Amino acid sequence: MTTMPNIDRRSFLASSAALAGSAAAGLALGFHVPFADAASAADAAPEVNAWVVIKPDDSVVIRIARSEMGQGSLTGLAQLVAEELECDWSKVSTEYPTPGQNIARNRVWKNFSTGGSRGIRESQDYVRKGGAAARIMLIQAAAGEWNVPASECSAANSVITHQPSGRTVTFGKVAAKAGTLEAPNDVPLKDPKDWKIIGKSVKRLDTADKVTGKQVYGADLKFPGMLTAAIRDCPVFGGRIKSFDAAKVETMRGVRRVVKVGDSAVAVVADTWWQAKTALDALPITWDEGANAEVSSDTIAAMLREGLDAKEAFVGNENGDVRAAIAGAAKTVEAVYGYPFQNHACMEPMNATARWTSDRCEVWAPTQNGEAALAATAEAAGLPVAKCDVYKVHLGGGFGRRGMTDYVRQAVAIAKEMPGTWVKLLWSREEDMLHGRYHPITQAKMVGAFDSSGNLTGLHMRISGQSIIAAVFPQNLVNGKDPVTFQGLNPTGAESVFGYSVPNLLIDHAMRNPHVPPGFWRGVNINQNCIYVECFMDELAHAAGQDPLAFRRKLMASHPKHLAVLEAVAARAEWDKPAPTGIHRGLAQIMGFGSYVAAVAEISISDKGRVKIHRIVAATDPGYAVNPDQISCQVEGSFVYGLSALLYQECTVKGGRIEQENFDTYNVMRIDEMPKVESVIVPSGGFWGGVGEPTIAVAAPAVLNAIFAATGKRIRSFPLTHHDLKSA
Amino acid sequence: MTRLTVNGTQHDVDVDPDTPLLWVLRETVGLTGTKYGCGIAQCGACTVHIDGQAVRSCSLPLSAVAGKQIVTIEGLARGDSLHPVQKTWLAMDVPQCGYCQSGMIMAVAALLREKPKPTDADIDAAITNICRCGTFQRVRAAIHATADA
Repeated sequence: MTTMPNIDRRSFLASSAALAGSAAAGLALGFHVPFADAASAADAAPEVNAWVVIKPDDSVVIRIARSEMGQGSLTGLAQLVAEELECDWSKVSTEYPTPGQNIARNRVWKNFSTGGSRGIRESQDYVRKGGAAARIMLIQAAAGEWNVPASECSAANSVITHQPSGRTVTFGKVAAKAGTLEAPNDVPLKDPKDWKIIGKSVKRLDTADKVTGKQVYGADLKFPGMLTAAIRDCPVFGGRIKSFDAAKVETMRGVRRVVKVGDSAVAVVADTWWQAKTALDALPITWDEGANAEVSSDTIAAMLREGLDAKEAFVGNENGDVRAAIAGAAKTVEAVYGYPFQNHACMEPMNATARWTSDRCEVWAPTQNGEAALAATAEAAGLPVAKCDVYKVHLGGGFGRRGMTDYVRQAVAIAKEMPGTWVKLLWSREEDMLHGRYHPITQAKMVGAFDSSGNLTGLHMRISGQSIIAAVFPQNLVNGKDPVTFQGLNPTGAESVFGYSVPNLLIDHAMRNPHVPPGFWRGVNINQNCIYVECFMDELAHAAGQDPLAFRRKLMASHPKHLAVLEAVAARAEWDKPAPTGIHRGLAQIMGFGSYVAAVAEISISDKGRVKIHRIVAATDPGYAVNPDQISCQVEGSFVYGLSALLYQECTVKGGRIEQENFDTYNVMRIDEMPKVESVIVPSGGFWGGVGEPTIAVAAPAVLNAIFAATGKRIRSFPLTHHDLKSA
Repeated sequence: MTRLTVNGTQHDVDVDPDTPLLWVLRETVGLTGTKYGCGIAQCGACTVHIDGQAVRSCSLPLSAVAGKQIVTIEGLARGDSLHPVQKTWLAMDVPQCGYCQSGMIMAVAALLREKPKPTDADIDAAITNICRCGTFQRVRAAIHATADA
């Protein structure tokens, strides 16, 4: 195959050296122009197979299909390949194949989608086999040259050794020949006990350029002759453009074009983004806001409230007869919770850079889903997929938002208006806040039933609210039901099983979809489901007069992995001993994305009602832990994401649009509020779970249960800034 | 024309003097290490040093910085030798997505120049940058490690 264009450090350095002295000010990127000649990358070397390129100098390039957005799976996936390849880890770098190449090669790299904490857990088998197959071929190539049986040769640390003679050769010397051999059919994988690289906290492969400013994100892309666009989409979802007065801004400095984008947006294209934004701010636009302009947070809340007692609902988990259990209970406990819309607020606002001609369209973009971005590109370009491609760059945050392709479509639509010219579309923070794919809004009515001995005999959880799947993948609804709504609440499966056994249980969902578009927001539906279940479990324990851990233990006996992580955090936090004076504890657990997680939070509340979160103990059982240090990073970061959401974040709706437009009204936790996070990794083996998301879900309920322990107040709506926690 | 000194090099730029320094750096001088995050001096991704002080360049017009010494993330290292903060950041794998880290590192470098041995309270007061990946625990540890190096 031809080489693949990329802007990793090797080609960046190589080509910027070539351009040194001639590069004009502003030409911050020196890599070759893919549009002109995608096959001209300087460091071409034949591949051993789709996953592995080894150069004559023994350097190893491992191809990574999934996107790196900070979660570290670029490094983890490379570890998986390198383990089976038996290469020298210090010689490893990575590159992204393009989705177009994937299609052209019969999807040899399989799925590019990077969401749902799937990067490692769903590709571990085939990427390890890719590394193992390459090793087998390298050994065969060496054995062939030596004219000895391959079975007498072995590989370690990028060196192949013929055991009987002691002869050796490095991978780089035989890689070209290995690439011509037939791929092996039988590719056995190593026993986990023999792993040398998997399970090690090796350093990330992508740090160096991130500390010097050299890392090129989508927002930083620069191509010869490139213009830049700023865009405004109708702030009321579903609204359209009635008119705009382009003449008012067309003579402003730097402005090249004012372009209508679809029915609802207008973009200004200018020499620089600041010029484009300045002109866009000055552009008179009249909107046809449509019927959604009548919608507010209050009308949405009423719509959801109706669903709490609606007759019709999709059943996600049921055993026994919960209605009879509640009717015959000695005591019932009831509570209604709610969870707001929230924006992902990636640090790097949405952006994409496109060039369109009648014969080809290329997009460079930070995307979590290269193949979906390619499909969107082809559709917006009006060209066959084979005449389009998408080049991925590292993401300045993703969190689920960049699995969507709205910004890619816009960039292509604008570029199509200016054939042959590169156009970089960059959203302002305000545009990003107003056109999110928000954390879905839901409410839940929780009812627990006790018998006269204080045993929990029934639990009914009625969720009312928004379905992500109905909005994003309606084809995945099952007879109208959104199975993903029940994340963390399922009776069975390998993904997200409910951790409690209750004799009479009903968990159902009255789907109520407001017009504000939902999306996959890091943690997805376990975020609210874990708050609802784990806070209500705390309420039930309190009602039963039992310790929250002891109460849960009884209900978790048949879910030993769920219980094990809970016991792990309880042991580390010394739950059985009283907390220090003024410190209060809460705990929570859930299974999500194939992993088991739990947390204990230790907090205090000041006289003025301010919460201080001192310490979090968090346990994760991901089955296998590929890079423990990076798991800890994900766990630490998950608390920032989850606690920011709990403490501050809500997108409210007024006049059909989101009210919060920037970080001044959509606050984020800073370093001064960061608790000490102790990450306990307890991989029990035998399965592969994700780590980027599950921990977020336990952050809020562990803290909320600690707040109850401190104040006796139950917080059932968010963010916390709505509530007065001053002691009565 | 406005004359700027960025990382020791003079640039004469023909840009509207109201243009924020951030966009002059990124689009006219061509240094994209300094990032846009919010445009209202909330997030700190655009932090640079002006006459040695950490400043949020997204809300500072070009006209305010003429004649001043501007240092960006690209100018923090001394030749091939990384700044001590960059060295620790690399050694401790602080960045995740990395987008906020240029600004974070510039803010930390300014703090350490003023307070070579900062307390946790000093860090809390000085480092108000937003990081959505949530690297704060490592940022704090790396600040202390740099101070102790």
